[in-house]
Amino acid sequence: MKRFILILLSLVTLSSMVFAAGTQETAEKEEGKVFNIYCWNTEFQDRFTDYFEAKGLVPEGVTVNWIITPNADNAYQNKLDEALLAQDSASDDQKVDIFLVEADYALKYVDTPYALDVINDVGLTEDDISGMYQYTKDIMTDSKGNLKGLSWQACPGGFIYRRSIAKDVLGTDVPEEVQAKLNSWDKFNAVAKTAKSKGYYMLSGYDDAFRVFSDNAETPWVDANGKITISDSIENWIEQTKTYTDMGYNNKANLWSAESWAGAAEDGKVLGYFGPGWFIDFCLAPAVLDDPEGPKTMGNGSYGDWGLCKGPQGFSWGGTWICVAEGSDNLELAKSLLYTMTCDEETLVAIAKDMGDFTNNVESMEEVANSDYKNDFLGGQNHISMFLDSATSIDRSTMGPYDQGMTESIQAAFADYFNGTVTKQQAYNNFYTDVMEKYPNLSK
Amino acid sequence: MQEKTLLKKGKLKKRSSVSYSHWGYFFILPFFIIYIIFSLIPLLSTFYYSFFENYRIGLTEVGPNFVGWANYKKVIFETEVPRFAINTFVIWIIGFIPQIMFALLLAVWFTSNRLSLKGQQFFKTVIYMPNLIMASAFAMLFFTLFSDAGPVNQILVSLNFADKPIRFLTQTITTRGLIAIMNFLMWFGNTTLLLMAGIMGIDQSLFDAAYIDGASSSKTFFKVTLPLLKPIFVYTLMTSMIGGIQMFDVPQILTNGKGTPDRTSETLIMYLNNHLTSKNYGMAGALSVLIFIVTAFFGIFVYKTLMKENSIIGGKN
Repeated sequence: MKRFILILLSLVTLSSMVFAAGTQETAEKEEGKVFNIYCWNTEFQDRFTDYFEAKGLVPEGVTVNWIITPNADNAYQNKLDEALLAQDSASDDQKVDIFLVEADYALKYVDTPYALDVINDVGLTEDDISGMYQYTKDIMTDSKGNLKGLSWQACPGGFIYRRSIAKDVLGTDVPEEVQAKLNSWDKFNAVAKTAKSKGYYMLSGYDDAFRVFSDNAETPWVDANGKITISDSIENWIEQTKTYTDMGYNNKANLWSAESWAGAAEDGKVLGYFGPGWFIDFCLAPAVLDDPEGPKTMGNGSYGDWGLCKGPQGFSWGGTWICVAEGSDNLELAKSLLYTMTCDEETLVAIAKDMGDFTNNVESMEEVANSDYKNDFLGGQNHISMFLDSATSIDRSTMGPYDQGMTESIQAAFADYFNGTVTKQQAYNNFYTDVMEKYPNLSK
Repeated sequence: MQEKTLLKKGKLKKRSSVSYSHWGYFFILPFFIIYIIFSLIPLLSTFYYSFFENYRIGLTEVGPNFVGWANYKKVIFETEVPRFAINTFVIWIIGFIPQIMFALLLAVWFTSNRLSLKGQQFFKTVIYMPNLIMASAFAMLFFTLFSDAGPVNQILVSLNFADKPIRFLTQTITTRGLIAIMNFLMWFGNTTLLLMAGIMGIDQSLFDAAYIDGASSSKTFFKVTLPLLKPIFVYTLMTSMIGGIQMFDVPQILTNGKGTPDRTSETLIMYLNNHLTSKNYGMAGALSVLIFIVTAFFGIFVYKTLMKENSIIGGKN
């Protein structure tokens, strides 16, 4: 039996070598039959299915192949980099056709030949992209002025608060009135104190306010000489979070952890979360449901018991851009995908109204903001109008290619400080060590 | 007569007995081919690359530039590798001690003729079971069980063992302890089976003789079982040690790759894995070579010291 298994194993190994070598051919001039999309979660996949595939825009005989690798620990970038670097030698069906990039590392791919110019190479027109928020185009413009990717969303963020808790703590749940009581960090801190005295948590954990501070950072993480700099804004986050932790204003939960979402459940005690449009529809809304299969209406968990205001400081968080990979054999399909998902106003309005996502078209968003659109999750609030001002003022000039690594490292290093395991100085040292392991070209 | 001449010419002898021995080489050939391609060449190239500066910034590659021993100097003197080595050792030892003790005890019980336990097959299956679960799944399970709002904390609080949830994964002792417990649970069944095989290989008449001579069971254990079990015992110790040095999946998943708190549960291989972000082949290579040398050193050291005396026992006797 053992021998049989051994023979079988060696046969399998040998045959896989033979077959792997056999698939190198099949070079056709027409569009490829396999459309490979690299991404890190199902957010885009869901939208693709509902707004692109459902319209019958995927040609007959083309298989859409999703290669999904989580973002954390650089896993997605490692996978994508391998694929891109092997793009020349890969067979047509194996080549990357579309890859998605996130704000935290978009710049790593913009100035490379691996992403195609959406105007000159893919074939969209200036007119197609004219309605987009300028910052989404600025980020993806390389040093030669070519536009390397497009997004269907703009990501202004706000403070998403629990209406019932706000009523208890602030005496009101009307967005404008809540905003008036939270429009500066001093007021925010004062409310945190009141919330604590009534048995609530102002924030869920350490990293919840991080993006508000990091997005408002005055300097990029890495300067022109490769030196790591920690901006004052990040220092403020450290100070504030330490105070919040020591005073018990937060629930000490890690971002994305089960504890953090539990704070948003029906019996949760967290007053609010900072987040942009995608955070509301893709993260928070599914997490608060008592019955995930049940109707998304008021009464299912804390669904509908939420409201949105700008909060103490405007910020933006994340954003996903679609890039067409150099060497793709599905350029026509890629063009149609980019057009439908990021330029077509009808689709963008539909995504905003169905999903609550803030989509990337100035006019469409104004149209939705002035319509009678109501977001059920946010208790009937038209949150698009709330985001409108912030969206036009987003400035991402301090963005850099190392942001994801920096964010993960600083959050991890300072979690120990907030927990009281290490001193502040040790936390800084751990942060520097960690970052320089990841990026050996940087210095302290 | 004719036969004799043929024999002289050496023709008949060759035909009379066909040698099949060379076929053996063909049967083991696939292993060696695969070993050379997937193990030996990568191993040697690790040595080679450890002398180069070679990593990626974004999608551009730096190097390979020959830098001599610079990577080794950096690993030894400029990083916290010694600290991670100590972490690895501490976590391994607190898992290994209960593991070997439980395994020895169970192995002796299961093999004892005098006890002749019922339902042995059942228990052997059950204790081996944790090893069948993927380490990452096991770590994920523990992560959920011992999280701040997890079931373990809920039980502790509701039974008044703790007045507020214990934050297991933010303290050094509990984090290391959890990793050690997981390694213990996963491997004690395997060790038990190995030791049982070792004990069953000991001549039963020796136990009978000891029994007739009036030796107590503890005396039999220390004077008969243990000395005769030594070769298997050393084997277990060495495989566990090598496995310990390579500890990765459990702490990686449990601490989300960060070795929290304050990197006190960061193992050597977790540190090695950090170099993956920038594909830092040079540094990772140097570290791997050092781990290889340390592992080899410990292996030889343990083998030599424990197998020094009474070498007859390990032999044909």
